[in-house]
Amino acid sequence: MPDRTVLELSAEEHATLAHRVMRRQGALSLRVAAVFAVLVLGLPLVNAYWPDLANAEVGGFTVTWLFLGVLFYPITVALAFYFVRKSDKIEAECTDWRAVLADEASGREVGR
Amino acid sequence: MMGISWIALAFVVAMVGATVGLGFYATRKAQTASDFFVAGRSVSVFWNASAISGEYLSAASFMGIAGLLMKYGYDALWYPVCYATGYLFLLLFIAGPLRRFGAYTIPDFAEGRFDSPMFRRIAVTFVLFIGFFYTMPQMKGAGVVLGAIMNWPYWVGIAVVGAVITFNVAFGGMKGITFVQAFQYWAKVFAISVPVFVLMSVYGGYGKNLGANSGHKQGTAREHELPYDRLHDVAYIGQDEERQVEPSAPGHTPVVARDVLLKFKGHEGYPANGLSFSPMDVTRLEFPKGVTFDKVLPGPFAKDSKGERLPFRDDYAPGLKGNEGGDGLSVPPGGVLEAHPFVNHDARTTEHYGSRAAKVEIKEQTTAVLKAGSPAPNAPADRAWLRPFGPLSAKHGYPLLYTYSLIIALICGTAGLPHILVRFYTNPDGRAAKRTTLWVMVMLGSFYVFPPIWGVLGRNAMPWLYANDTTDSIVIRLPTILQNKLLGEILSGITAAGAFAAFMSTFSGLLVSMSGALAHDIYGKILRPKSSPEARMAAFKVSAVAIGVASMGLGLLVETFDIAKMVGWAFAIAAASYFPLLLLGAWWKGLTKYGAASGMLVGGFASLAAIVTSMLLDKKIVTIPVTPLVRSLMEQPAIWGVPLSIGIMIAVSLLTRSSLPRDISMKMLRLHAPEEMGLSKNYIEH
Repeated sequence: MPDRTVLELSAEEHATLAHRVMRRQGALSLRVAAVFAVLVLGLPLVNAYWPDLANAEVGGFTVTWLFLGVLFYPITVALAFYFVRKSDKIEAECTDWRAVLADEASGREVGR
Repeated sequence: MMGISWIALAFVVAMVGATVGLGFYATRKAQTASDFFVAGRSVSVFWNASAISGEYLSAASFMGIAGLLMKYGYDALWYPVCYATGYLFLLLFIAGPLRRFGAYTIPDFAEGRFDSPMFRRIAVTFVLFIGFFYTMPQMKGAGVVLGAIMNWPYWVGIAVVGAVITFNVAFGGMKGITFVQAFQYWAKVFAISVPVFVLMSVYGGYGKNLGANSGHKQGTAREHELPYDRLHDVAYIGQDEERQVEPSAPGHTPVVARDVLLKFKGHEGYPANGLSFSPMDVTRLEFPKGVTFDKVLPGPFAKDSKGERLPFRDDYAPGLKGNEGGDGLSVPPGGVLEAHPFVNHDARTTEHYGSRAAKVEIKEQTTAVLKAGSPAPNAPADRAWLRPFGPLSAKHGYPLLYTYSLIIALICGTAGLPHILVRFYTNPDGRAAKRTTLWVMVMLGSFYVFPPIWGVLGRNAMPWLYANDTTDSIVIRLPTILQNKLLGEILSGITAAGAFAAFMSTFSGLLVSMSGALAHDIYGKILRPKSSPEARMAAFKVSAVAIGVASMGLGLLVETFDIAKMVGWAFAIAAASYFPLLLLGAWWKGLTKYGAASGMLVGGFASLAAIVTSMLLDKKIVTIPVTPLVRSLMEQPAIWGVPLSIGIMIAVSLLTRSSLPRDISMKMLRLHAPEEMGLSKNYIEH
């Protein structure tokens, strides 16, 4: 099939490619989102059920204020940085669709 | 603050001049329709990130967060945090795929993903709804800033700013704005940070000012302080039918250091005409022109016009006195209102169970002098303000629910804002779109640390802004407390210019995307599919003017709503309409046009209806009995709106599986495949 372009592939082959690319990117996105969700949805629970920790004083701040108002930004930027790096790597590995299809046919996973 | 601040005015004029000038300079380079709509799609990652950040940092970010944080304390921190970190969701699920798909706008995406021109028509409606919700607070910002520096009435500020920006957009398009937005991001970061460093060098740092509210202050009525569960403080009071909404836990409120002149708008300014006094200390207000109170709450304090009714004994409830022989409901000119704290009293056990705030509503427009040493009326008590689940989230009695709903609205909403998403198409490819988002997060995080500092300093230094609900102006007014008046004026001028940059950039962006939706989607694709590019440009200009005028009209109605809260509502609507469309559209092959359209419409309109009803209830325009739980869910609808929308999309899609486009696999691949695979396609030809 070296003379075909990616646009001329069959619907099944498009589906295989899409499935492969989406599965790897999606798994990465979900992983990072899960860490973020634990942080952002967990903090209100700490505030509600562990107020002694949340309201403990640190240099005028309360622990929860310091975490949410200051530290939360660098933490999310670090998550974003991790995601972008990993995501670029996945894309680099998926660019060659012939290899992806060939690997799929032989049952192997690209880049693993 | 009664006259015109000439220095501030000079800064604002310079900012407006630079914005308009840069816009016109860049317009000369904008030639094609493609340039006009999305700036030629050739902007570097750094500048694109600056422009996205510049467009995103609205009046809500620049003024509203500081005001909201000053007013409500900890709970308001969720706004800046989620405004910034919502971009993580955008990055993880939407930025790359959307850029790769090669559509300009959400309606483009809707049409391309589902092969349905009909869906375009439906999808475009929420560009307008979200847009108008977003422009209202920008207009309020304009009215407040010009009110503070020019002493102009609210509407004049709106008219002037609205006209300038509308004119600029109608004649500049967006190419102008890419440059200008990037410039404005840096202007805003400078304006929010530099003055607050100067203020902190004089009045102490972030931590020190925050720590001042940890409840160690002494008060004159301290003996009334009793253990009290703040969360139970939302209850019906006494004989009065009205629900008391301000938690009035015992605890101190900031005290004004000197006499301060306050203006009240009376009935017309409802609810900002209400005064809730400290439950801990005596408050004294002198009324040079006299005043009439409409309501005196809680019940035990009310005296009838003959001054006869006093259900509580005088020693428990000395209550409100007009010193000049007033009867408690009206104070003659020059009279002083004294509001004493009182202790609630259980008649059966004769035990105190907590002290409460006295409350009045001012009937007519008047001025008052808040006497030195008085605690600021309407200020939440220290502990409620400093800790989570304070007066914002606990207002209706379900603080945890309210907090989660707010978080969902802001985070999911960020990923569905039409005027921000359109900017992602100016990235050269999907990889650059992700890099840009990362940079946006860095830039926004650096900005959003600062507005809360303003709110904290403001609470300690200018607590009288609580009294007539003008905390939204804190970033403009705070610098004027400096001993060095000239320095104060200059810093205030810098923040005023920053605020101008904020509402100008966001309003411009919204105007572009709303006018674009009208001109490009409704006129160009639906009404006159065969229209020439020139005709579409003309349609764009006409739309810009019409939408600009409508926005100004809406802005006039919302003076009493908090800027940051209104923007939060725009997010909630986006979260329940566009966010599910984009998320499922990009990641679930099985989403059909019927599923997407019905989920978006039901989720979006249900949220819109809940929010509008909630606003009307706040304004007392409608009165329908709702339980506190329902009220809470109406004010923050995302917690049910987003799942509702997603649920309907999935259910209807499963029922209409046969309507999937035949080349759906190709479309999914185009959304996710790296550009090097050779699949990208642009929906508008250059």
